[in-house]
Amino acid sequence: MALELELISPVEVAKDIVLAVQEYTLLSAQSLANFFRRPLYMADMLQQADLIGVGSLPIVVLTGLSVGALLALNAASTLQRFGSVTLIGQLVSIGMVTELGPLITGLMVAGRNASGMASELGSMIVTEQIDAMRALGTDPTKKLVTPRVGATSFMLFFLTIIADLLGLIGGYGVAHLLFGVDTEQYWTSVWQVLVFRDVFTGLIKPVLFGFIISTIGCYYGISTRGGTQGVGRSTTQAVVAASVLILITDFFVTKLIFAIFGYR
Amino acid sequence: MPAPTLPSENPAAAAVSPSGYAIEFDKVAIAFDENVVLDGISFQLPHGETKALFGVAGSGKSILLKLALGLLRPDSGRIFVLGEEVTRMSEQELFELRRRVGIVFQESALFDSLKVYENVGFRPMEERISAEEVERRVREVLRFVELERTYDMFPSELSGGMRRRVAIARAIISEPEVLLYDSPTGGLDPVTSNTIVELIVKQRDVYKTSALLVTHRLQDAFTMATHQFDKATNQMVVLPKGQRCDVPMSFLILREGKVIFDGDAHELATSRDEYIREYIS
Repeated sequence: MALELELISPVEVAKDIVLAVQEYTLLSAQSLANFFRRPLYMADMLQQADLIGVGSLPIVVLTGLSVGALLALNAASTLQRFGSVTLIGQLVSIGMVTELGPLITGLMVAGRNASGMASELGSMIVTEQIDAMRALGTDPTKKLVTPRVGATSFMLFFLTIIADLLGLIGGYGVAHLLFGVDTEQYWTSVWQVLVFRDVFTGLIKPVLFGFIISTIGCYYGISTRGGTQGVGRSTTQAVVAASVLILITDFFVTKLIFAIFGYR
Repeated sequence: MPAPTLPSENPAAAAVSPSGYAIEFDKVAIAFDENVVLDGISFQLPHGETKALFGVAGSGKSILLKLALGLLRPDSGRIFVLGEEVTRMSEQELFELRRRVGIVFQESALFDSLKVYENVGFRPMEERISAEEVERRVREVLRFVELERTYDMFPSELSGGMRRRVAIARAIISEPEVLLYDSPTGGLDPVTSNTIVELIVKQRDVYKTSALLVTHRLQDAFTMATHQFDKATNQMVVLPKGQRCDVPMSFLILREGKVIFDGDAHELATSRDEYIREYIS
């Protein structure tokens, strides 16, 4: 069998990208607009909140603890040279609350839930279940997308708080047990170093990341083509796209907040 | 085998739409990339009639049903369903219209994460009808398709024929004015197929529901054209010899994106077109 290579025009590729961005934007806008239209599927939202929030708790607990401990360990090796090991708490606190807590939680939940949403909705597409839902007079964006968007943004906010707290506990474990930092000194420095801007940054990010994870997962799910192979492709693409978009958004949000509140 | 009864008959089924037809296609065309699937087809489905659609695989029969429901948009032409021009309606407006139309998908398309009663009761639940009323109606239609025992089961626990019957139950629970069947007997054994044919005939003769039926099985359509549902015995009976074409049943054959036949069983049987003769032989 001769191998035939199909050449794709760059113009076609560009058109496809623009179309995808347009469709994603429309879906995102529609998912938000649906919060103001009846019916609001509260039962579905609660079910998704349980799946996303409670289901993601174990990985968030583990990664939060690990990242906090690692942050403390790496910071201590540098601070020790300057005789400032007592500053570990400050570094862990700022690192976890403003950056690593939201970012790691976002990436973990993206890996777990963007893929789950893409595969679930993708399977529904290839088995005509989405068409069946439309045929039964129900709007799939209202019934399937909006509850996922609401639940992910809401739960990621609380998961990040848990990850932050566990990161601080992990950092405390390393600082206290390995470097002999006093308990009160650690927690006082953790508390005192934080200003409004840090907490605001750390809590606005998970809401945005939750929106990105859910809309990307749902977008790739409902644009699935090509049977079960297509479902696999959508799942992978959803995780990659959500992770990359989280990292890019993180940079710009941080920059924007610095621009608004000024540098430390 | 006698079919069970569905107590409430649908008075809305016989309502006449402004266009005069339950469904009307006017020069409808659709293509996917370079592949022209439907090329300016026109036909009408009168109220209360069942029209069987034939054509080789890939001739656009299932596409035609999706167009009728507004699940796909044609490239050109107009489609009227129950007097509403589907081709000009927004998705939000279509949701309202679709509540008056039922569809049975080729592979049933049951929601696999929901139980049978949630699948069948999906539409009434969406309409915020009380749980007791939903349960009563679900049990009623499940009894109609003889599957009340599957009430609490998941679709994955059902056979192909049972899934198809659950899909029929889901389509008829809201007493639609039009039903669209996409290969309802495809891949089923003759006994199960006959049960489904009987359900379709009952829906046509007792509830006067207009229907488009996509099928590959000519014998099923001929059974529908030569039988009627007898309410007294509650089963499908063969029509007397002289009345073989008296039931509201017609046939439509698609070939290469065009309608090559649209008529009743007698006209089909006596057609001189070589392709049609070969098709029905």
